[in-house]
Amino acid sequence: MSRLPPRWNRYRVTFATLVSKEVTRFSRIWVQTVLPSAITTMLYFVIFGRLIGERIGPMGGFAYIDFIVPGLVLMAVITNSYSNVVSSFYSSKFSRFIEELLVSPAPSWVILAGYVAGGVARGLTVGVVVILVALLFTDLSVHSYLVTTLVLVLTSVLFALGGFINAIYARSFDDISIVPTFVLTPLTYLGGVFYSIELLPPFWQSLSLANPVLYMVNAFRYGILGVSDIPMALAFAIIVLFIAVLGFFSLYLLDRGVGIKT
Amino acid sequence: MPALVARQLRKTYKNGYEALKGVDLSVEEGDFFALLGPNGAGKSTLIGILTSLINKTSGSVEVFGHDLDREPETVKSLLGVVPQEFNFNLFLPVEEVVINQAGYFGIPRREARERAEYYLRKLELWDRRRSEMRLLSGGLKRRLMIARALVHRPRMLILDEPTAGVDIEIRRAMWDYLRELNAGGTTIILTTHYLEEAESLCRNIAIISRGSIEAVGETADLLSALDTETFVLNLKGRIAQLPELGGFVLESIDDSTLEVQINREHTINGLFDALSRNGIEVISMRNKQNRLEKLFLDMVDQERGRAP
Repeated sequence: MSRLPPRWNRYRVTFATLVSKEVTRFSRIWVQTVLPSAITTMLYFVIFGRLIGERIGPMGGFAYIDFIVPGLVLMAVITNSYSNVVSSFYSSKFSRFIEELLVSPAPSWVILAGYVAGGVARGLTVGVVVILVALLFTDLSVHSYLVTTLVLVLTSVLFALGGFINAIYARSFDDISIVPTFVLTPLTYLGGVFYSIELLPPFWQSLSLANPVLYMVNAFRYGILGVSDIPMALAFAIIVLFIAVLGFFSLYLLDRGVGIKT
Repeated sequence: MPALVARQLRKTYKNGYEALKGVDLSVEEGDFFALLGPNGAGKSTLIGILTSLINKTSGSVEVFGHDLDREPETVKSLLGVVPQEFNFNLFLPVEEVVINQAGYFGIPRREARERAEYYLRKLELWDRRRSEMRLLSGGLKRRLMIARALVHRPRMLILDEPTAGVDIEIRRAMWDYLRELNAGGTTIILTTHYLEEAESLCRNIAIISRGSIEAVGETADLLSALDTETFVLNLKGRIAQLPELGGFVLESIDDSTLEVQINREHTINGLFDALSRNGIEVISMRNKQNRLEKLFLDMVDQERGRAP
């Protein structure tokens, strides 16, 4: 009775259970979780890539459609990593099945890692789908697989953590859509997805540098096209810094039981 | 070694409400223990603290000698929890709920499947294993919560109102299973509104009111403290007027039903002797009130009488 497996084996199984649960969840409802990004991106490629893009001409030395591919992929990754964790964790709070985890011996960091990995899994799945959609419109060659993969994974980790914090504080389903609508979408659109910041006047260029999404979009663009408005080392430093800050803050909230315990 | 020791547990919520006012409680290993109290007495807060769902304000909890603050993982692994409210993902199939819970306790997938099958069969849910949670009746959900709580084979099972809203047949089946678990060595603590449930199942009880333990002890001992007991008698014939039976307080419900109050100095034999002397024949007899219910109500009334 009550003989649990050794601690690290236990953590590994708990983590795998959480990831499997999350992947199963978004796979079951793929029409709501994966398909919309594919359709939206296809529309972006048709409108901005083909119809308008051909009149815009080259940007950063590339055809406009090629220039926007990295940003559109990353935009889908950001949105999906974030929304997977925020909706899944908030639902578990709302329906109280978060208690299944709270009464278990799973430590906070394993719970956090499980949810974040679920968000990363969805972010990467949608990222791959969007890349496949992009291949319908343009030939895609990757400048650095290492940089491309690293940026994809780190960015989805970062926004999965963001979704987790949002879910912790959310008290209604409205609260989980406010941040994506009023913060995430503007930051992404203004993060250089559709343009190079070199096009902006100096003041707006400087202001854009305060937008963390800019560093991710540019790092990802470097991975695929080999061009970036930002030095790579700075971009990675910013991403890792944000992950560290949001990660520790999430753990602090989870340990204290903020939003989930009375 | 006691299964549970709570010392000076206090809980004050953010709105200033003091739900627990220094609760001391000890439950022996292998016990079947009931926690009784009216709504708002602090039962669910106490259980929430024991099961790590509520942060305590102060005090300490030890489970089988392990301190909840210092060894939370060990304590959690020793406890199984059946909460009062349903807390499922309603869109998951029954079997997956139990397998996932085993996974949270670190039980590998294959073993988790075997255990899930065992407990789902035991609680007669195996045929519904592929049904989504939302399609189950309240009684089936209650049984599933027990299966889920047992899948890691805890040494102590805590049930918060386990049979609330469950029909009599399922309730009796659940009682039988809980007795079987207890006989197998699992310590059981339950809260219940069905005092019959506590009287039937539990060896020891604690009565909690307004955040404090009012009484704790063996169920039989607490019941023996009752000063009076009231019985309802169905008579063979009709009686025109109430007879005078020395020492017994009688009340007429109708002309063939009597209510008799017997205090501790008298016996039922004495009652029947007196009735026979008055030519009254009794067809059947029952307790007017569950005895534990009376004890409980007496205590709560006393507590209310003391309240400012």
